[in-house]
Amino acid sequence: MVRFESVGLSYAGAGGRAGPEVLHDLSFGVPPGAFRWLLGPSGAGKTSLLRLMYLAARPSRGRLSLLDTDIELASRRALVGLRRRIGVVFQDFRLLAHLSAYDNVALPLRLAGRPEGQIRADVGEMLRWTGLSRRVDARPAELSGGEQQRVAIARAVIGRPALLLADEPTGNLDDVQAERLMLLFGEMNRLGTTVVVATHNDRLVARHPAPALRLDAGRLDAGRLDADLLEP
Amino acid sequence: MARRVSLRPAGFDELGLRRALAGRMLPFLVAAMAFLAALGLAGWVGTAALAHHWQMGAAAALTVQVPRPTEDSRLDRVLALIQASPGISEARALSPKELAALLAPWLGTDTDTPALPLPGVIAVHLADPGMDTDALARRLEAIAPGTLVESHGVWVSRLAALARSLQACAGVALVVLAAIAAAVIAVATRAGLAARREAIEIVHGLGASDGYIAGRFAARTTALAATGALVGAVAATPALIVLAHLAAPFAGSAAGADTFGTLPPGLWMLLPALPLSAAAIGFVTAQATVRRWLRRLP
Repeated sequence: MVRFESVGLSYAGAGGRAGPEVLHDLSFGVPPGAFRWLLGPSGAGKTSLLRLMYLAARPSRGRLSLLDTDIELASRRALVGLRRRIGVVFQDFRLLAHLSAYDNVALPLRLAGRPEGQIRADVGEMLRWTGLSRRVDARPAELSGGEQQRVAIARAVIGRPALLLADEPTGNLDDVQAERLMLLFGEMNRLGTTVVVATHNDRLVARHPAPALRLDAGRLDAGRLDADLLEP
Repeated sequence: MARRVSLRPAGFDELGLRRALAGRMLPFLVAAMAFLAALGLAGWVGTAALAHHWQMGAAAALTVQVPRPTEDSRLDRVLALIQASPGISEARALSPKELAALLAPWLGTDTDTPALPLPGVIAVHLADPGMDTDALARRLEAIAPGTLVESHGVWVSRLAALARSLQACAGVALVVLAAIAAAVIAVATRAGLAARREAIEIVHGLGASDGYIAGRFAARTTALAATGALVGAVAATPALIVLAHLAAPFAGSAAGADTFGTLPPGLWMLLPALPLSAAAIGFVTAQATVRRWLRRLP
């Protein structure tokens, strides 16, 4: 499903030259249908690792394969197809400010060319489930932080992705909502979606024990690596 | 499949292009350029007609005027002598009707029986453009005193060359205008890309293809450019009609015909090409600009 082999990442620095490496020699695998926590202190590279997994960045070295596709060899068109099968909950939500909650959630389905009738049913159901059915027409600026986060979550899961990535998805949610979210992630995981959640929320991790990828200063913390992470 | 309604509700503007690609500035600029392009087209069509007209005159090369043509059948004798001379490919007397047409711009069309005594006119085509026309003039003067030989071919060909150069200038002006239009649309598109960068990255991340994003931009610029050019072309039409009116006598057509008739038919067909060309430039420029820009995204 997800396979990293000696992957390094450096962002372009000044003058288009490669900057310092932020991720070094990452080698691990996430089997299909698995659930993984992604843990580590701020600045450890969790967001960069997720960026590689949702194809916002490409490895500067090593091999990365996602959904059984080698990223290095994939065409641009193939990457478009992959992105449609990956749902992402961003730390800063990344909602489109000029669109209503409904249109934001409907966006992935519209980009995938689904018929409008099916979109209406799916988005309505999803907004009901996230408790936003009264805020359908509200724009992100009119929503609270928690509501925006729920819109972002709804947008990430509306297309029933094969791989679901979340970056601090509970940051703006209270404990009840965070539990509801974990319920949703658990449900999707049971239905076959591979889930990777980056978080600082230790209580959440304690309540939902699962194998974890621990990052420290851009490296996987091998000493605390769970055994089943080693086989790719 | 029957339930497969429209894929995207009309007016769904996920990239926020209605604000990012300003709805007034771009059409205004394109309208101004279309106005200039309409004038350029008129210049091109007009100078082409003049060049053609004068070119036909230049082919005659030599005009011989015989005063009092009927007296002693002077015209016939002059014509016979010219035809017998070496280096002449063709010589023929103009009929009174042709003469009237020639003088129409100055004397009007309703002068069937002019008050002035008109000379007989012989149009002569030379086989050898370099032949000594002075010698011919002296011989003609001898048999019919007062006969004038006018070699206007040089001047008319110079005028025709001038008209052709003007036509080329109009063509170059049109090409330059098209290039400026493309540049303006590229700048507007880039400004739109910069303004909507975040939205584009989000939509790209959600699985929008390059073609989809470029298509959204191109649809917007195509519509704005076509609208602008339509306005510009319509605004230029009255000016063109006035110009055509003024130019009509030089092209040998009768002045004062009905208003719409005065625009050359070629121009009537080319004016609708302005919005179409602007639309094409808008589409191609936006597609190329956006696709190139998107290459920076992984």
